[in-house]
Amino acid sequence: MIGFWTLFYKEVLRFWKVGFQTIAAPVLTAMLYLLIFSHVLEAHVRVHGIPYSAFLVPGLVMMSILQNAFANSSSSLIQSKVTGSIVFVLLPPISYQAFWAAYVLAAALRGLVVGLGVLLVTAWFADLHFAELPWILLFALLGGGMLATLGVIAGIWADKFDQLAAFQNFLIMPLTFLSGVFYSIYSLPAFWQETSRFNPVFYLIDGFRYGFHGVSDVSPWTSLAVGVSCFLALAALTLTLLKRGYKLRM
Amino acid sequence: MSVPAIRVAGLTKHFGDVRALDGVDLEIGRGEFFGLLGPNGAGKTTLISALAGLVRPDRGTLEVMGHDVRTDYRASRRLLGVVPQELVFDPFFSVRETLELQAGYFGIGRSKRRDAWIDEILDSLDLAAKANANMRALSGGMKRRVLVAQALVHKPPVIVLDEPTAGVDVELRQGLWRFIRRLNDDGHTIVLTTHYLEEAENHCNRIAMMKAGSIIALDTTANLLQRFAGDLRLEDVFVRVMNS
Repeated sequence: MIGFWTLFYKEVLRFWKVGFQTIAAPVLTAMLYLLIFSHVLEAHVRVHGIPYSAFLVPGLVMMSILQNAFANSSSSLIQSKVTGSIVFVLLPPISYQAFWAAYVLAAALRGLVVGLGVLLVTAWFADLHFAELPWILLFALLGGGMLATLGVIAGIWADKFDQLAAFQNFLIMPLTFLSGVFYSIYSLPAFWQETSRFNPVFYLIDGFRYGFHGVSDVSPWTSLAVGVSCFLALAALTLTLLKRGYKLRM
Repeated sequence: MSVPAIRVAGLTKHFGDVRALDGVDLEIGRGEFFGLLGPNGAGKTTLISALAGLVRPDRGTLEVMGHDVRTDYRASRRLLGVVPQELVFDPFFSVRETLELQAGYFGIGRSKRRDAWIDEILDSLDLAAKANANMRALSGGMKRRVLVAQALVHKPPVIVLDEPTAGVDVELRQGLWRFIRRLNDDGHTIVLTTHYLEEAENHCNRIAMMKAGSIIALDTTANLLQRFAGDLRLEDVFVRVMNS
């Protein structure tokens, strides 16, 4: 267990040491989103009967959790691979399960810290409620774990920074932006409504938002089932890749 | 008969069409100071990487102190310290943090004993003054010594040094060798690859020469020098063996 905790601690220390970039910057970005969108739409839009800012904040918090959890595990792995320092965690007797758990927990923690930061700075601008706190915590953990795991896959798969950037820009960004962060899917045309239902991130954000306002586009139980299924599938894939040493052990 | 420090049997590895290791058999006894020599591309680093679990062989077995590196990898890795050839480091951490983390990866938690050993390594490798410096701030030679320190932090009985003195100045190199000699005198098995043949000649009891993935000469350093009567230096022997 010491090996696992050390790797977890190293990963936490890694993002903590550059907290201005890894925590403060995404919090600022989310606050800018809120200021711009709420300024433009607050007087005109209500979603599920909720003022727009109050609707938007949970979406921004969850988006920040997801993007930062992904960024942490993927960037740590690709950086270690490119610089060669990955050898320091491949030489010791750390099991592939411990390796996965350490990277995912640390990345999820960064996501949660950023999410909490976003919540703290944006709560001042919106009339927030915490209708179902357990759902909030559950979806925050699930979302952080799921995208952290996807980050491990991306970090293992990518050989170069631009491959990781492609993964981030062409998969993660569209999945998070087109997931109902800024809108209810019922405001979309029928085709895009149906398409959104194939986006697992939509369920994470919708379930998370349910925890705040007690209303959502789909049942939180459906969202939970989709989120858990996706997390388990991604975890199984990651553990298989790590066990085989895919792109880590030649 | 005691279990050898390292046992390699029938080790074969291909990278695409390139045959990096071609049925290598090798035993290194406990407490030996063993040299693994050969030109670039001979297979030395592949052999070391397979031993460390970084490369998965196509065929053959490898054991460290009797523990199979594949089926019993946790035990074998705990018994092995590897100084990699490339000058790699994690730019986020200081020298001391790097060593503390590396100890933790090997299951050694925070304790006075661990800290005392880290201090001893830092002193012995002349790194104490830089203990709290970020890795980025170190010279190439210092980074190389930190790599050596990282390999030693869990006190492995078998230490593999893949060109440990490349880029290290003469004075620091001598200090490094004094420390490694002391470890060998204390019973640690040392496996060394180097292109500085006088280092192998001075320190190694036994030497294997590799070429194109095979071992083409294996004997004590004295016998290798004697076998090529008239030659006084290992470098001359090396050139003859490689050309034979």
